[in-house]
Amino acid sequence: MAVNAPLAIDIEDMGFKYPGNPDVSFSKLNLKIAKGERFGLFGPNGAGKTTLISLMTGLITADEGHIKLLGLEVGKQNNAVNKLFGFVPQDFSFYQELSPVENLQFFGAWSGLTKRTIKQRTDELLDILGLDEVRNKPVEKFSGGMKRRVNLAIGVIHKPEIIFLDEPTVGVDVQTRHAIIDYLLKLNKEGTTLIYTSHQLSEAEDLCKQVALIDNGKIIAQDSLDKLMADHKQESLEQMFLNLTGKDLRNDV
Amino acid sequence: MFKLKATIIKDFRILLRDKVGISLMFVMPIILVVVVTSIQNSTFQLVNKNKLSIIINNNDTGQASKQLITAINKIGMFKASLVSGDQSEKQITDAMHEKDAMLGVIIPANFSAKVSAQSKSIAGKALKSFGLEGDSVKHAAGGIDPLTIYYNPVLQESIRLSVQGAIRSAMQLVESRETLRSLYFSINEKPLPEKLENEMLNNQTAINEIPVSKDGTRSTPNATQHNVPAWTIFAMFFIIMSLGGSVVREKVSGSFIRLKTLPTNYLVGLLSKQVVYLLVTMLQAAVIFSMGIWLFPVFGLPALNLPSDLMALTIVTIVCGWCAVSYAICVGVFANTQEQANGFGAVSIVILACVGGLMVPSFAMQGFFKSAADISPMHWCLQAYYTLFLEGGKLKDVVNNIIPLFIITLIFQFVTFIGLKRKKLI
Repeated sequence: MAVNAPLAIDIEDMGFKYPGNPDVSFSKLNLKIAKGERFGLFGPNGAGKTTLISLMTGLITADEGHIKLLGLEVGKQNNAVNKLFGFVPQDFSFYQELSPVENLQFFGAWSGLTKRTIKQRTDELLDILGLDEVRNKPVEKFSGGMKRRVNLAIGVIHKPEIIFLDEPTVGVDVQTRHAIIDYLLKLNKEGTTLIYTSHQLSEAEDLCKQVALIDNGKIIAQDSLDKLMADHKQESLEQMFLNLTGKDLRNDV
Repeated sequence: MFKLKATIIKDFRILLRDKVGISLMFVMPIILVVVVTSIQNSTFQLVNKNKLSIIINNNDTGQASKQLITAINKIGMFKASLVSGDQSEKQITDAMHEKDAMLGVIIPANFSAKVSAQSKSIAGKALKSFGLEGDSVKHAAGGIDPLTIYYNPVLQESIRLSVQGAIRSAMQLVESRETLRSLYFSINEKPLPEKLENEMLNNQTAINEIPVSKDGTRSTPNATQHNVPAWTIFAMFFIIMSLGGSVVREKVSGSFIRLKTLPTNYLVGLLSKQVVYLLVTMLQAAVIFSMGIWLFPVFGLPALNLPSDLMALTIVTIVCGWCAVSYAICVGVFANTQEQANGFGAVSIVILACVGGLMVPSFAMQGFFKSAADISPMHWCLQAYYTLFLEGGKLKDVVNNIIPLFIITLIFQFVTFIGLKRKKLI
């Protein structure tokens, strides 16, 4: 990362402890992600990936330190910060009773878009993500892959500058995974910063330029993918992952 | 404003697709209103049309018992069937089951002889106290053996007491007649003329019943006027089954996580729910009132008469609906699961209905419960509706009910706000 490159994410001396669950905690965590980056956050179950994303999106508040998104402080300027990013959570985060169009109309309005922009973006997204034919059908009748695409469409409807993606391709078929990854790469080319977590390490190799390995609330490695593998003398991300985090099974409670 | 509009449209769409929720909010309360009004209407008409079945077992052969049976029939509240001869308790209860009778009255043997002896004794004592020579024959006044009344345990205490009062008054008529005849015979040594007897015993002072209303009208209240307003309130509060669950569902579903990351306050979401469900409560009231006006007469029930002050009715309904919606949202915010919201919601509105006087009139409550009625929003809704529907009241007459209802609603809103803050939902 260039020294003076504008930062999408700037985490400084951040500390956080889950009340009643000391296993997941962060202490003096520092992380800087450049604007326009494709950044992968990896780690075993319970390592703190989802917690870190929740902290960056303001869903939970850090106990100490600062988290800044494009220079705006999370937790203090939430209304402005929330306009900057889109969030695609791991769980389906929409109304299953509604159709894709109805969901996009609602979430588009809550994202601050006008009626005209919502219509334009809805048509665009449903076309790109192959949901045009089922645009008016209730989402509850959709397959898992189709629901994943709806989940993604809602997260990007307002063309955010940063997109947080928490395992966006879990449980989908190859075609859907490709469609999602292709669209994310297209967004990145247009300047959107992608912050991505997944267990699909092979997918990370396709999508991410920079990666960070996180375990027990600590970033144990961070760099470009090629450099990390070269430094650790590993041929694949998976081998490096096992080398750094061990082979013990983890529980995520 | 666009965000609120979009949220209202979203909430309407979700509501309209929730068939179970809609049936809970509309069909169930409508069935409840019809059933309760029909049953209460039967009780209202007990004296006039639906006479109470009664079995009379007369073990006496004299005139007094026959007069008693005639007097019981004349009350007009019973459909009497006679069972003759000496019957055991089992035979009486079997006869009650066979004839579907709620009551069985046993007139003891020698009833007439004992009534006559007691009447003569009282007449003799009366003459002596007047300074007149009474009948020189001494009459044994050993008292009359009691009448026995068997009753079906399902009969409510209030009905039992009114039956007992009616039979006691028939009994009193028989005893008075015998005493009067004895007195007359002792003085005049000839029987009491029938015309004079009728004038003395059957010429009771009439009782006029006049309903007191605020607008001076004299319409007699009926089961419909009592029940439709009461159960409309219950129906409005019943939306907790849909709304409370909806708040919890949204809260625990993934959609809420996303909502929290958007540049819009969740209070917009709650405001939208208030608007949508307030409209639902208005619609509930309109449907139930319409049924009372047009459909009840088809079922043979009295038609509902709307109050003359429709503006007051609308305002009371809006405040009542808003209170019901605020309560449902409050429960939804604090509940962690849909089961908690539905379980607590259902039980709590039944308790609020009981305490509020929907099931037992609050004026009939004692001590603590009379005071507790004041904290139930349903009590204030009911008082306001009764003032409009039964007493012909105007807006100024229900202001004293609307103010406490409004305060209770604000308390629900405040508690909801605290809950949202504590749970970091806003």
